[in-house]
Amino acid sequence: MNYLASIGAYAIMVREVFKKPTKWRIMRALILKEIDELIYGSLGILIFISFFIGGVVAIQTALNITSELIPKYLVGFATRQSIILEFAPTFCSIIMAGKVGSYITSSIGTMRVTEQIDALEVMGVNALNYLVFPKIIALLLYPFIIAIAMYVGIFGGWFAGVFGGFSTSADFVTGVQLDFIPFHITYAFIKTLVFAFILATIPSFHGFYMKGGALEVGKASTTSFVWTSVVIIIINYVLTQLMLG
Amino acid sequence: MIEVKDIYKSFGDAHVLKGVSATFEKGKTNLIIGQSGSGKTVFLKCLLGLFTPEEGTIAYDGKIYDELSGDEKRNLRQEMGMVFQGSALFDSMTVEGNVMFPMEMFTKQSRPEMQDRVDFVLRRVNLVDAHHKFPSEISGGMQKRVAIARAIVMNPKYLFCDEPNSGLDPKTAILIDNLIQEITEEYDITTVINTHDMNSVMEIGKKIVFLKNGLKEWEGTNKEIFKTDNKAVTDFVYSSELFKKGSPDVYRGKELEARSLKNEKSS
Ligand SMILES: Nc1ncnc2c1ncn2[C@@H]1O[C@H](COP(=O)(O)OP(=O)(O)O)[C@@H](O)[C@H]1O
Ligand SMILES: [Mg+2]
Repeated sequence: MNYLASIGAYAIMVREVFKKPTKWRIMRALILKEIDELIYGSLGILIFISFFIGGVVAIQTALNITSELIPKYLVGFATRQSIILEFAPTFCSIIMAGKVGSYITSSIGTMRVTEQIDALEVMGVNALNYLVFPKIIALLLYPFIIAIAMYVGIFGGWFAGVFGGFSTSADFVTGVQLDFIPFHITYAFIKTLVFAFILATIPSFHGFYMKGGALEVGKASTTSFVWTSVVIIIINYVLTQLMLG
Repeated sequence: MIEVKDIYKSFGDAHVLKGVSATFEKGKTNLIIGQSGSGKTVFLKCLLGLFTPEEGTIAYDGKIYDELSGDEKRNLRQEMGMVFQGSALFDSMTVEGNVMFPMEMFTKQSRPEMQDRVDFVLRRVNLVDAHHKFPSEISGGMQKRVAIARAIVMNPKYLFCDEPNSGLDPKTAILIDNLIQEITEEYDITTVINTHDMNSVMEIGKKIVFLKNGLKEWEGTNKEIFKTDNKAVTDFVYSSELFKKGSPDVYRGKELEARSLKNEKSS
């Protein structure tokens, strides 16, 4: 029952976010700030992780090919498929639930416990629009960093494959280009956009409606990370079934 | 003037306000006093429209809040200023940004006009060198001044302060109390202040409402408070730090004043 009430409260929150918009001049500045914080600020960690995950996927695949009958270009193929379909969109989003999600929950939660949100509301500002809307808009750019993560991941696979002696560059590139299905990219980016919305709103929900003090802000961040990840994993399953199944 | 008639507010099973009525006058510092947890903040948030009482009415210069249209409510909101207990300054903005914020949000003034007004109110609260500092870089007393500046920047008719001197040293607390009183009288504002500080009561208690267990236990002025026979009030008054041995210097004058009032009463 409690979960149902939370889902209801979440839906009401999302609707409020789009009501009574803040002046564009102020909103524009907020959006730019969030792009800097949420998108640009996450680029480094996502590039780092993608490169090494790509490398590990390539090595694992190569080590598991023991039969001479399996073509060598499979390393490139397997790397591309796993990076594009899962590692870049889903794995990176779980990382983002930790990085961006806890930032969002703790910053909004701190504003709640220090009455800054009350201060906004007293002035007649729609606090949800002011705080959450710019995050949703900034995260519309999330697919761009996921595209970069895909590119870097495959490059990481190539790097590990070629320099680790698991594959030749030509074989790897052949594999990467093999049987390319454009719809997989569409699928990956639709997932990414849905995850972006989840990443902006669920942590905001946990911060905005929290009660208590500094200790509770920490707890809310943890809870928010767990819920954001759980929802991402479930939505990932549902979308995969719907779009590829 | 704000007239509160018989308001009730509860959270689930917790009945916080159980039928409180009070009148707060214009150009005066009206105080709400009571122990921590007695519902002072909830009461103030009802006055602000942040909480909606389940029953009862609140009238602002004759306009009953519940009877106003959405637009009228919004306009009324913009005539209110609030100083929160912890100042509630926006961490991400400078002092100047904080004070300018309501104007940027709700007026069409030009940048220089807003700048003039910000300079004026910051000077009014005696804060001159802090325009470009962030809230975390200034002292608690200065934060309070910024909060007051932000609350009065839109020329409010109503000013609400939640424990404006909690967390301040006694000297700064008196300065802040006096500042609020000066501003109230100068601009003829209806000011309502929550406090549990007896020093404020004696300093600026032009009209005092004592809350206990969600009810108005007593009402009067800072002169009358020492003469009342109401046990809850006298307990509250004489449990104050002020009347304990070894209170700081700044209290001493007040203590004598209070003693003489007490003697006057008993004689
Ligand atoms: N938003 C809320 N939800 C539930 N209970 C609340 C809320 N705000 C205040 N209360 C309860 O109301 C009572 C009075 O609180 P408050 O007005 O903050 O007291 P005071 O300001 O006099 O110290 C407390 O018991 C508090 O737990
Ligand atoms: Mg309080």
